[in-house]
Amino acid sequence: MRLVSTAVHADVNRRDFLMVATGAVAGVGAALVAWPFISQMNPDASVLALSSVEVDLAPIAEGQSIIIKWRGNPLIIRHRSQADIDTAKAVKVSDLLDNNPRNANAKGNDGATDANRVVDGKEQFLVMLGVCTHLGCVPQGDLGDYGVVTGNATTGGWLCPCHGSQYDTAGRVRRGPAPENLPVPPYVYLTDTKIRVG
Amino acid sequence: MSGPSNYQPTSAFGKWMHERLPIYAFVKETALDFPTPKNLNYWFTFGGILAVMLVVQIITGIVLVMHYTPQTDMAFSSVEHIMRDVNYGWMLRYMHMNGASMFFIAVYIHMFRGMYYGSYKAPREVLWMIGVIIYLIMMATAFMGYVLPWGQMSFWGAKVITNLFSAIPFVGDTVTTWLWGGYSVDNPTLNRFFSLHYLLPFVLAGVVFLHIWALHVPGNNNPTGISVKGPQDTVPFHPYYTMKDGFAILVFFIFYGIFVFYGPNYMGDAVNYVPANPLVTPAHIKPEWYYLPFYAILRAVPDKLLGVIAMFSSILILLALPWLDTSRVRSGNYRPIFRGFFWVFAIVCVALGYIGSKPPEGSYVLWGRILAFYYFFHFIVILPLVGLLESPKPLPSSISDDVLAKRKPMLAPAE
Repeated sequence: MRLVSTAVHADVNRRDFLMVATGAVAGVGAALVAWPFISQMNPDASVLALSSVEVDLAPIAEGQSIIIKWRGNPLIIRHRSQADIDTAKAVKVSDLLDNNPRNANAKGNDGATDANRVVDGKEQFLVMLGVCTHLGCVPQGDLGDYGVVTGNATTGGWLCPCHGSQYDTAGRVRRGPAPENLPVPPYVYLTDTKIRVG
Repeated sequence: MSGPSNYQPTSAFGKWMHERLPIYAFVKETALDFPTPKNLNYWFTFGGILAVMLVVQIITGIVLVMHYTPQTDMAFSSVEHIMRDVNYGWMLRYMHMNGASMFFIAVYIHMFRGMYYGSYKAPREVLWMIGVIIYLIMMATAFMGYVLPWGQMSFWGAKVITNLFSAIPFVGDTVTTWLWGGYSVDNPTLNRFFSLHYLLPFVLAGVVFLHIWALHVPGNNNPTGISVKGPQDTVPFHPYYTMKDGFAILVFFIFYGIFVFYGPNYMGDAVNYVPANPLVTPAHIKPEWYYLPFYAILRAVPDKLLGVIAMFSSILILLALPWLDTSRVRSGNYRPIFRGFFWVFAIVCVALGYIGSKPPEGSYVLWGRILAFYYFFHFIVILPLVGLLESPKPLPSSISDDVLAKRKPMLAPAE
């Protein structure tokens, strides 16, 4: 009697082990096969190859913004006036909604000051993605409550038409629902007036 | 589904077939002879209407694909080619485009009918939950279909909706890049949406099969909400409900036809006849009408992540509905307090849709917040409390008694 019950018990254990082992191998195999089917949806080589662009800044007049396409997204380049810069510098970082400079060129995070959003000595040129950090619409320029107000006109500052987020003259978010400042892409000055983005 | 069929084939071929594939017995038992409560009203015809609309969408979709090009440079002009050059292309496209709206009109009536008559309550919880999954797949399918013409609303709708996933903490940006196949909505996005838009209706058909299976285990609910007690409460599905559903489908097709032929763009947005431009967002961007209540809930919350969570919760809360409603009486006809709250909730949903169509400024913001709060309040507070506090009206003893009680006296049969 004892022998039979032990045999049954041992048999069940061995089968359990085989079931678990087989299932585990099949699971790993399924995951390995699934990966290419998931990975194929990531950006392909041709998309990655298009990811840098050169821009000549000389033709952009003071107070003018241009929008070019970079990685399929609008890239805003604004030649800021001194009033733009002064307004941005006057803002206390404690008043910002997002105190991360969101600047791919900045080393570390030491506050979203105006200086941390631009290149030293080239602070008249603000380069950033025109993609609202809320849900991706293109914010419209020279609008909102955070630009430079002269009489009835507003210059600098951006307002997103979709859900009403607002950005100041340094492209920092000042009113939600957007959670982050407009991102500054990686870029370098090739010459005094020419940049390469990406 | 009832027990083994008592169908006996009479012809020689019928016998031969029955021993190999008893398909006719199956159809006869589950569709033709299926015992159905004899008091179903016209609100109960929308399931059949939805099944027909799914077939209409699949057929018109398959023929549209014969002329459509899923490529960003050509998608918009290929849709215009369908409209101008393809024989009857305008009609096929307008049928498909308005068919989506009709599908949602029917599904909303079907869902509110289920809510009013308590069709989600035991033993139909799984049936209801499969229905919610069908609704989610429908929304995904319609969203991806709307992207295909590659107009301005297509593009910006796609961008805003896919950006909802960027609210996921830590992996949000990785997920959106993966969904797009790039750094923005672009050709890879259009291609994969086309592929999935073609696939999902067939997935839908499979889940609809599960929905009908889950319906056939307990059988149909009915306007009294009480269960079938015997053969005197039912009639065979055919010819009684094939005729009733058929008539409802015919009337629904007239309504559908008025839109297809006389107001094909009434429910659409004119901005979608402007080709997609990734550098310019339209001044006033809003989704198709059937998403507006949820869009209003998204915008009611000033925080990005919480807004997205509120929007998805507003749909997923329907999965919990069978357990949120604590009343054991199914039909709203016998629940006077619930009935009042049901109509308030229906009006709140329509009002949310109106708010969703308006720009997020001024009093629309405040009203959006009040209504979004009420939407959740209805499910989380009102339904559980009303079920506990309300005294329902007395239920009829059986479906048959209820039907006979409503007959005019002169038509009553002699006992």
